[in-house]
Amino acid sequence: MKEYLVDIRNERLSFFTPAGEVKALNDVSLHVREGEVLGIVGESGSGKSVTSYSLMGLTAHPGRLVGGDLYFNGHYINEMSEREMQKIRGNEVSIIFQDPMTSLNPVFTIGNQIREVILLHTNKTRKEANDRARELLQLVGINEPDKRLKQYPHELSGGMRQRVMIAIALACEPKLLIADEPTTALDVTIQAQILELMRDLKEKLGMSIILITHDLGVVAGMCDHIAVMYAGKVVEYGTTDEIFYQPSHEYTKGLLRSIPNLNEREHKRLVPIEGLPVDMLNPPAGCPFAPRCRSCMKICLSSMPNYTQVSDHHSSACWLLDKEKFERQAEGQA
Amino acid sequence: MKNNKLVEVQHLKQYFPVKSDKMFEKKVVKAVDDVSFYINKGETLGLVGESGCGKTTTGRTLLRLHEPTGGKIIYDGKDITHVKMLPYRRKMQIVFQDPYASLDPRMTVGDIVGEAIDIHHLAANARERRERIVELLSLVGLNTEHANRYPHEFSGGQRQRVGIARALAVNPEFIVCDEPISALDVSIQAQVVNMFEELQERMGLTYLFIAHNLSVVKHISNRIGVMYLGKLVELADSYELTFNSVHPYTRSLISAIPIADPKVSRGTNRIVLEGDVPSPVNPPSGCHFRTRCAYADERCAAEEPEWREVSSGHFAACHHLEKVQ
Repeated sequence: MKEYLVDIRNERLSFFTPAGEVKALNDVSLHVREGEVLGIVGESGSGKSVTSYSLMGLTAHPGRLVGGDLYFNGHYINEMSEREMQKIRGNEVSIIFQDPMTSLNPVFTIGNQIREVILLHTNKTRKEANDRARELLQLVGINEPDKRLKQYPHELSGGMRQRVMIAIALACEPKLLIADEPTTALDVTIQAQILELMRDLKEKLGMSIILITHDLGVVAGMCDHIAVMYAGKVVEYGTTDEIFYQPSHEYTKGLLRSIPNLNEREHKRLVPIEGLPVDMLNPPAGCPFAPRCRSCMKICLSSMPNYTQVSDHHSSACWLLDKEKFERQAEGQA
Repeated sequence: MKNNKLVEVQHLKQYFPVKSDKMFEKKVVKAVDDVSFYINKGETLGLVGESGCGKTTTGRTLLRLHEPTGGKIIYDGKDITHVKMLPYRRKMQIVFQDPYASLDPRMTVGDIVGEAIDIHHLAANARERRERIVELLSLVGLNTEHANRYPHEFSGGQRQRVGIARALAVNPEFIVCDEPISALDVSIQAQVVNMFEELQERMGLTYLFIAHNLSVVKHISNRIGVMYLGKLVELADSYELTFNSVHPYTRSLISAIPIADPKVSRGTNRIVLEGDVPSPVNPPSGCHFRTRCAYADERCAAEEPEWREVSSGHFAACHHLEKVQ
């Protein structure tokens, strides 16, 4: 069996805020194979960004890794120094942020910002780096690359800036691209362009992608596997089809029920998930979703369920599945 | 039929001055340019489009939060383009997009909701005012105890409920909902959408529902208008618009929406539009959409397309409707 490109095992990460410890990640395990697209879906504060940032050693100040092991491309991230991390970042793994307006430096030209990555990680000369930058802009579908290289970020539209971000991220042909809500700040028609571009580039370059989003529509068309996160936990993991057609966690089911479908031909009332998002400072004792769950049982309020293997690549943490299993076993014995 | 219209705008124009490179040259952005539509009593009209297309400005100008540059606004049969708005503010309200920015952080929720009651003298005494506030909060699913708290103590979804309670405080007939759910988490959006529908049924409200998410707009609206660079390009019944759209822009907009169904989204051939939305300061001549349109020819550059009725109640502005169909 081939080893995973990314292997996160039982990661625990907390933010030590003045108000108390916030367990942003609570026993998260995820893996990504080479050439695979993993979608991480969840609401704000569910830990989807924190997970992938920690993989790049980008955990912000009050946050600290408390437990677990992080492997990426043969590196053991836990024990790497900042210096070693810098060599990987932008080289073997790179990231596209949500907001292309704020993630480019306004006082440097586009060319300058693309060349910076190339010069830092390779032995190319300035001229070679410039050629590579031009090539990259063409790759991400920007016309007149020579003119664009000399322009500043404010001279480009949002969609163009996001293309530049992608060009920077791909400059050193990374093994893994983390896309953190890459299209949330963009208009629908531009979103379609960027998603199309990412799909094309994946085919061409064969890298793995972690796509973080709250939009179930975006993951449906892009991903091989999906991890659904809620309150710092992966509550369900499976192939895209399994998550959409055989969801087994009540939260996933609720999410799928609560979004309006454009292709519906009659008006049906949406079925929302009741209640409020979890307060991460005072999370519930048992399953974090229990207070909002329609089929909540006594045990859900007191202890956290383990993962149940629904099929080969599909697991889910819900007591209902344990209950079903027991019932099936009981039937079998009787 | 005529009495049925609650709100109507005719040839509404809203131009904003912008700085020009040349001295003494006056430049304007035509944020809303010659837009006409009406909304029937108890109906929801959805307005969709990309950022900068003028949908929010239309909603605000309709309430005269901006003074219109041209055109007419008619409310309940009366021309309100140049009248004093205070009496109409009791009938027309707005819910804003960002529940974090639209509530005064230094006022309690009770006072935020109560302010409208005070301005319009809707309560005879303090007890009545208090009762009314409690009633409004319970209407939007909040508790009595919430009245004494400040906005920062609430989550996004709850704040949006406060914003809705504030709009409802004056017993309005018509509410402009300006992207009311786009700042909320997915699992909360459905709660708020359902609440809008329930309130409409209970109080007979009329909505102008502005959003960029067509799936949500289609869900909540009876009819939908699509805007592009300050112009209305298509207007139809919401099912007619989603399944039988005739304008090339509407079609590409619909096809660009990612569908949360893997088999469907793998199977569809998307119409991916080339390029970006042109700057509204310098919109293309003729049809504004022609720079990104697959059907564009000389005629599109020369003349502006006419607003035509394609079938009963289905309007569109395009020179090539026959070709598109």
